[in-house]
Amino acid sequence: MSTFERVVKILNDMDAGEGIELTPSTTFEELGLDSLSVVEITMSCEDEFGIEIDTDSNPTTLGEFVELIDAKLGE
Amino acid sequence: MSFSIIATGSALPKKVVTNDDLAQFLDTSDEWIVTRTGIKTRHVATDETTSSLAVEAAKNALDMAHLSPSDLDLIICTTVTHDYITPSLACVVQGELGANCPALDINAACSGFLYALDVADGYFARGRVEKVLVVSSELLTRITDWRDRATAVLFGDGAGAVVLGRGDALRSIKIGAKGNPDPLYSPNVGGISPWRADKTEPECFLHMNGQEVFKFAVSTVSADLIDVAQEAGIDVSSLDHAVLHQANLRILDAAARKCGLAPEKMEVIIDETGNMSSACIPIALDRLVRSGRLHSGEWVALAGFGGGYTSGAACFKWD
Ligand SMILES: CC(C)(COP(=O)(O)OP(=O)(O)OC[C@H]1O[C@@H](n2cnc3c(N)ncnc32)[C@H](O)[C@@H]1OP(=O)(O)O)[C@@H](O)C(=O)NCCC(=O)NCCS
Repeated sequence: MSTFERVVKILNDMDAGEGIELTPSTTFEELGLDSLSVVEITMSCEDEFGIEIDTDSNPTTLGEFVELIDAKLGE
Repeated sequence: MSFSIIATGSALPKKVVTNDDLAQFLDTSDEWIVTRTGIKTRHVATDETTSSLAVEAAKNALDMAHLSPSDLDLIICTTVTHDYITPSLACVVQGELGANCPALDINAACSGFLYALDVADGYFARGRVEKVLVVSSELLTRITDWRDRATAVLFGDGAGAVVLGRGDALRSIKIGAKGNPDPLYSPNVGGISPWRADKTEPECFLHMNGQEVFKFAVSTVSADLIDVAQEAGIDVSSLDHAVLHQANLRILDAAARKCGLAPEKMEVIIDETGNMSSACIPIALDRLVRSGRLHSGEWVALAGFGGGYTSGAACFKWD
């Protein structure tokens, strides 16, 4: 599974973005997620990928978020 | 043999401040505060003090226990917002009550109440005490920066107390600290020492990195609940009630989800009170006890987290 697919699975598990087609350019705002929901999703991704993501990285789209995770995985 | 919580009490200031009241002088709204925090109102001290609320909560708990102050063997108070740097809140409470036992304060920020229970547990284990009074009293509005909307909307004032007696309701307890002061702190006075290098006088207000604290809170409190439940021999899902530090409703929801606790088991008072640091847990527990919803034989977990970082949790089989 790609990083993007794993992130989508986490979003689905949290009932985020139901009925919306998720692409790398989808924003968290379009998914109806506020900053604290993004923190929660970040935490789930930290568990899923075994990484730590800074709270001040502030990604706005799923694509940016996936890039952030891939960069951490490559470190 | 450790202890049981034999009585509870609490006290809140008379004045209630709504989100709309705050929106009068801060660039905020009821909608933002409710969706981000769950807070609708908070009690705010006018003529009440940390000591006066502590004494009122203590008297309510002693009344419920049918005990007089002279029956107490130890008083432990927790606060980060005491009226004095010295003497301790516990000594002020002792004096006001007319008790004659040792008295001490603990500062472990919002986890203070759990730290106090753990210290009390040691006194019971050593056979030094029969009855212990624990009081957590806070005037967070004293150290709130009322110009900063990001923090000012979160806090309130109040006091909670419990009387502990010999018993075996306490089944597990843990406390922890991480030595990370930066995300949540309030400086003390600088003083006027002629030798002090830095002549600036800090403002004694709370500074917070909200999202850092949010992450710490959710991950720590959910892990602690799992740990204390397991040590007590049950699964988190078997808890009947969970009384957590009330910092943000979103923290309570996220923690419940993360550790597999049904959301309706979570006690919620934050909508009415805001965050009152170490006083939240004993006040919420007092509400639960006085509402008649906490029955003998039920499992209840308490858990706190806060500045430091500190954390603590305990599991009881209520008797
Ligand atoms: C404080 C807390 C509610 C803030 O939520 P958040 O999602 O992190 O909010 P942010 O600070 O990222 O701010 C998001 C936006 O809302 C704005 N905002 C902050 N406070 C606001 C308020 N009271 N009213 C309106 N808008 C506000 C911010 O300026 C920001 O705007 P921008 O995106 O245009 O810059 C949240 O971080 C929290 O509760 N953390 C835990 C704190 C805690 O529990 N502390 C005590 C532990 S014992």
